[in-house]
Amino acid sequence: MIRFHEVGLSYGDGGGGRAGLVLRDISFAVAAGGFRWLLGPSGAGKTSLLRLLTLAARPSRGEAVVLGCPIHAASRRDLAALRRQIGVVFQDFRLLGHLSVFDNVALPLRLAGRPEGQISADVTEMLRWVGLAGHLAALPPTLSGGEQQRVAIARAVIGRPSLILADEPTGNLDEAQAERLMQLLGELNRLGTSVIVATHQTALVARYPAPALRLDQGRLVGDG
Amino acid sequence: MVKARARLLRPAGFDELGLKRAFAPRLLPLLVAAVALLAALTLAGMLAAAGLARHWRDGAGASLTVQVPEPEAPAASGAGSRAEAVLALLRADPAIAAARRLGDAELEALLRPWLGAAPRALGLAVPAVITLRRAAGAPPVAEEALALRLARPAPGTLVEAAGPWFARLAALARSLQALAAFALLIVGAIAALVIAIATRASLAARREALEIVHGLGASDSYIANRFAARALWLAAVGGGLGTLAALPALALLARLAAPFAALMAPGAGAGVVGGGASAAGGIVPAAALWLVALPLSAAVIGWLTAQVTVRRWLRRLP
Repeated sequence: MIRFHEVGLSYGDGGGGRAGLVLRDISFAVAAGGFRWLLGPSGAGKTSLLRLLTLAARPSRGEAVVLGCPIHAASRRDLAALRRQIGVVFQDFRLLGHLSVFDNVALPLRLAGRPEGQISADVTEMLRWVGLAGHLAALPPTLSGGEQQRVAIARAVIGRPSLILADEPTGNLDEAQAERLMQLLGELNRLGTSVIVATHQTALVARYPAPALRLDQGRLVGDG
Repeated sequence: MVKARARLLRPAGFDELGLKRAFAPRLLPLLVAAVALLAALTLAGMLAAAGLARHWRDGAGASLTVQVPEPEAPAASGAGSRAEAVLALLRADPAIAAARRLGDAELEALLRPWLGAAPRALGLAVPAVITLRRAAGAPPVAEEALALRLARPAPGTLVEAAGPWFARLAALARSLQALAAFALLIVGAIAALVIAIATRASLAARREALEIVHGLGASDSYIANRFAARALWLAAVGGGLGTLAALPALALLARLAAPFAALMAPGAGAGVVGGGASAAGGIVPAAALWLVALPLSAAVIGWLTAQVTVRRWLRRLP
């Protein structure tokens, strides 16, 4: 499912040299349907590893396979198709401010070519589930941080992705909403979706025990 | 509620990249219109030069003048007068499309500036003047060989061809035509540059949205097609506006050229000066066809330029 072998990532030098590496010799594997916490202090490389997993960057060194696709060598067309199988919850939401809540959540389905007639019911149900049934036509900038976070979550899971990546997904949620989100991620995981969640919240990790990838200074210092 | 419903029913091709506001909706059509206006005027110049070149090559350049002294004297060989014998020889030549002897009135009109109102009254021996036109596609007439042939029935016959002069004029017209075509290419390149700059500006303005849509799995083709469709529409509108703006100027030019078109129409005189042929007459319909093609060309340039610009820009994303 996911397999990294001696992966390095550097910004700027473009040549894959060791100078400027923000990730070094990262090797791990996550089986299909697996769950991992992604832990580590600020600057440990969590965001950089998430960039690789979300296909926002290619490895500078080593081999990285995501959902069976070698992302270090895949074509741009293959990477685009692969992105449609990955749901991502960003810490800063990354919603399109000029589109309604409905259209933001529907976007992955439209990009996947889902017929328009089949979109409305799914999107409406998903937004009802995250408690935003009354905000279908609202624009994201008019919503609170927590509401925007829920829109981002709905957008990430609407396409039933094979892999869900979440960067501090509960950071803007109250306790009840965080609980609901973790239950959703757990349910999707039980249905076969792989899930990787990056977080600082040790209490959250303690409440939902699972294997963890631990990063420190760009290196993987723990897997399990 | 109605507004909310309308949002829900938005069609699949909705503006997820926000291009309707970001992609220079006013400026780009105006810039393309200015370029299209220049293109229309350049095109008209090119077509006019092409018409003149064709006219000078096939019309005036294909005409010759033959002077037969003592035209009514008996021919040195064959039957009839010298003028009749020369005319018969010319009309039998397949390389010559038409040969016509100028009448007395036409001759007097030609000579009047030099000899006054009644040249024959001066007792001058006026030769017969025959104008002839080379057949279309026939090789240029060899003046000396023709003069030798015509001298058999009518010794002293002269052949004058205006071809070399008209060949030079035709070469000049062709040069103008080539320059106009080059200018048209430059205008097209400017249009592409304007569209590329507008596209890059909108790419910069919508960078965040592009990164989000790209991250959600939009392919390069998907994003490039969105921009290209927008550029196509804006460029077509601009091309249409520019073409419309050029119409008054072109109509004025066509009106100014109309008397020359009538003068040069077939049958309006086959002399060296009148030249025959049709230059301006064929320009207007040809220009109309090309003008219709201008907005289409602008649209194609817009589509292609946006495709190339966006795909190159997207290369910075993985």
